[in-house]
Amino acid sequence: MKIELKLFATLVQFLPENSDEYPIDQGETVQSLLGKLGIPEEDVTLYFINAARAYLESEIKDGDRVGLFPPVGGG
Amino acid sequence: MPKILRVNTRTKEYSFEEVGPYANLGGRALTSRVINKEVPADCHPLSAENKLVIATGLLGGSTAANSGRISVGTKSPLTGGIKESNSGGLFAHKMPKMDLLAIILEDKPAEAAPFSTLFITDGKVEFKDATDIVGMDTYPGHDKLLAEYGDKLCACMIGPAGETVRKTATIQFTDPYKRPARSAGRGGTGAVMGSKKIKAIVLDPEFSNKVGAVDADTFKTARKTWVDILQGHPVTSQGLPGFGTSVLVNVINEAGALPGKNFRQGQVEHVAEISGEKIAETIEARGGKTTEGCHAGCVIQCSQQYNDADGNYVSSGFEYETVWAFGANAMIKDIDDIAALDRLCDEKGMDTIEMGNTVAIAMDGGIIPWGDGKAAFELLSKVGTDDPMGMIMGNGVVFAGGAFGVERLPVVKNQSMPAYDPRAVKGVGVTYATTAMGADHTAGYGVTANILKVGGDIDGHKKEGNVELSKNLQVATAAIDSMGFCLFVAFAVLDADNGVQTMADLVQAWTGNSFSVDDLVNLGVNCMKDEQEFNKRAGFTKMDDKLPRFFETDALPPHGVVWDYDEDELQGAKV
Repeated sequence: MKIELKLFATLVQFLPENSDEYPIDQGETVQSLLGKLGIPEEDVTLYFINAARAYLESEIKDGDRVGLFPPVGGG
Repeated sequence: MPKILRVNTRTKEYSFEEVGPYANLGGRALTSRVINKEVPADCHPLSAENKLVIATGLLGGSTAANSGRISVGTKSPLTGGIKESNSGGLFAHKMPKMDLLAIILEDKPAEAAPFSTLFITDGKVEFKDATDIVGMDTYPGHDKLLAEYGDKLCACMIGPAGETVRKTATIQFTDPYKRPARSAGRGGTGAVMGSKKIKAIVLDPEFSNKVGAVDADTFKTARKTWVDILQGHPVTSQGLPGFGTSVLVNVINEAGALPGKNFRQGQVEHVAEISGEKIAETIEARGGKTTEGCHAGCVIQCSQQYNDADGNYVSSGFEYETVWAFGANAMIKDIDDIAALDRLCDEKGMDTIEMGNTVAIAMDGGIIPWGDGKAAFELLSKVGTDDPMGMIMGNGVVFAGGAFGVERLPVVKNQSMPAYDPRAVKGVGVTYATTAMGADHTAGYGVTANILKVGGDIDGHKKEGNVELSKNLQVATAAIDSMGFCLFVAFAVLDADNGVQTMADLVQAWTGNSFSVDDLVNLGVNCMKDEQEFNKRAGFTKMDDKLPRFFETDALPPHGVVWDYDEDELQGAKV
């Protein structure tokens, strides 16, 4: 099972080589994905799965596009 | 006690007056009260009956962090309703040191009268001949003012767009780096200043009194608490200084809410090329600055200096809205083209949101190709001249849409929408519809709870909770705009238990007047009441608190969402 992984702003440093086809396991969640990538949970605030708002416990499926952001703001 | 300076631009008479009925008001609460009370709501915005009010906030002149924003109020030539336009720069903290709370420009001289530069000093106003800077872009014009008045120049001025009374004309303010790069951007305040034949206003650099809090000890304590709040929140302490507001390009695109190709789609393929990450990387490579503040005492420092490939300064105040309008809505992919357009807008003194959207309208109307940044630059360079195309473009989306035969006009009250599609971000969509300002995101920035998980978490695709969200944010914003605070303090305040109380404590200690949290809320509520009353008298009805029909009929990809509020539901966001 593979996903398209997008990490933004200060999270770019955690981007793996194979981010376009990042392997995941059955029952993968946002939380377990952060663990795999070595990203501290408190560094991430926004999670998007296929452009929809997601949460730490949201399940990730084969072929999903996952986008992660630190705390950000703007106007 | 700071005074209100009234200047008659026809007779050249002036008076420094006690605040009288305008006591305990500042910033937007003051400008909106004056416009509501003194301007006939059905006057023509370019007529002698309109007024231009420049007001510092309740905390103007103080050392409270992020308290130096200025408000400019008028009847808008763009919307025909009341307008407050907010800016950074040096003006707001300088005015109280000259014992000034507000400057009101009244009346207007004969059509053929020459432009003047107003020089304001202790108890005196001089109308100086502005011939040597008339017709100039703002940067070279500002350089001339620097040469004449010295390095401590504190000025505001209009560019060619304001001189030719274009509806999109800004007023540009001197920033802490001696550039005219901060803008009172939306609604054509520059056109009102131009109609009164004022090219620039200079505050005497040599006249500066010390000002201090009435209750100095309490102020000092509250000031420390306030800084801790701002530096304790990750958005204000890391997110905004780290990447600036353009960090939102990827966020809003990822959320499927980034309006592309004249509000047809919620994502654009070339997003990486116009992202905040790309901009920061480019700035660093070229020796620019990725973080700086727009006024003294700012601890958030969300602005930047963008350089060209040769390492020369191009622009600052290069913001998400500008990058989105030209880069996504008008589909321009080259970030250098977009930066050049940002600079051009500051030079001509025109609103980057409205101009980016008007360029998209020109593309939709077949005037120039989609995504053609160089053609867009050429087109906008004509604004301020008597070239009919420049005259059309300088008047914004509705005027250009009419000229070019484009039906798809994303506007409310004739002002075009900013960088969030209302179908996917209903919390800000309600604000677009209901604020007296026209389609305005800052007036009630529902993006916070809809997308950024700040101050709550409310689904932006559904109606539930978004009318209440917008209304509460509109009240809070009106209060913030009246105290002189930068709106970005809201990111920290919305998540801090003691945020609002601390703002009230600062105002009470600074002014010596009793000022509670209730007073703070009422400041915002009464400001909105003034604005709603004025607009009602100007002829606005609930049918003007609506989005264009295509938002109801066209589903926005990728989420397939539509706008589904009726006009009565939306009235729930009014005070």
